[in-house]
Amino acid sequence: MRLDYPSNIKIIRVPCTGKVDVMHLLRAIQKGADGVYAVGCLEGACHYNEGNLRARERVNHVRRLLEEIGIEGDRVRMYNLSSGEGPTFAAYAREMAENIKALGPNPLKQH
Amino acid sequence: MIVAKRKPFDEIKDFLKDYKKVLTAGCGTCVAVCLAGGEKEVAVLNAELDMARRLDDNPIELGAITIERQCDREYLEALDSMVGDYDAVLSLACGAGIQFLAERYPEKPVFPGVDTTFIGVNQDVGWYEERCRSCSSCVLGLTAGICPVTMCAKGLYNGPCGGTNKGSCEISKDQPCAWYMIYERLSKQNRLDNILKITPVQDWQNQKPRTVIQPGYKTSENSAEK
Repeated sequence: MRLDYPSNIKIIRVPCTGKVDVMHLLRAIQKGADGVYAVGCLEGACHYNEGNLRARERVNHVRRLLEEIGIEGDRVRMYNLSSGEGPTFAAYAREMAENIKALGPNPLKQH
Repeated sequence: MIVAKRKPFDEIKDFLKDYKKVLTAGCGTCVAVCLAGGEKEVAVLNAELDMARRLDDNPIELGAITIERQCDREYLEALDSMVGDYDAVLSLACGAGIQFLAERYPEKPVFPGVDTTFIGVNQDVGWYEERCRSCSSCVLGLTAGICPVTMCAKGLYNGPCGGTNKGSCEISKDQPCAWYMIYERLSKQNRLDNILKITPVQDWQNQKPRTVIQPGYKTSENSAEK
């Protein structure tokens, strides 16, 4: 399909979003990433039944943790799509990049 | 198991505001199982503290260690060589573990990172419910395995009271009446006569810390303390 999506996004592949831990998301921000998002299968369509639902819960938890610290929770998001939706993947990547651009750089970089 | 929940972040941050080098000590038993104070929770809390202090331009150096049990000298010993390097210790163990740690290093400020909440059961991942108040006089044998001290809003040893209402407690329709549950289960087991047995009231007054020395473990030292 040769779809374009922002080149500043680094993809880390995991077997299922259920594998994504609170610490993975938090560590990304701690180490200076401007944002991090998990892209999982559609809700109700997880091959491991509820991996993506667990991921959603963890993403929400990390958003709350960041807000507590004084960093915008919206730097961490969860998106869902099916594996056949290449154009949606690219669209979500652009949406996330726009979201992060609006928020500006990770505030930890100035400290 | 003993169930705890993480203290609010601001409270922990405030404890540590004057310290530059802090050791966060997790406990690998109860609080690890209830996802409040194990190795992973230590890492998450340290990441939060690191970021928050950097944002405040007041960086903090954090160490992390999780030992098997903080309520056991045998395991606490592992901290002996580390604690001296830090200004303070933040413990994610239950109240007993925190006190045992603080007692071992009386010169060192020790802070709690969790609120110890109850003795309970695991209903699902991350979901716990209270079942025991450690009252020291267990009546479960008479109450078909349902604890009235924990489950009854009044903690009645003898019940039900006049507030039982079609299976619910008078405090809320959503709160089952413990003594109704006890009645139902005893009835199914044909042991209803047990509900008529009177349990003497517990003397809750003037409670002091309790000590248990198991049979066969008495020594001249521990029996003298008793």
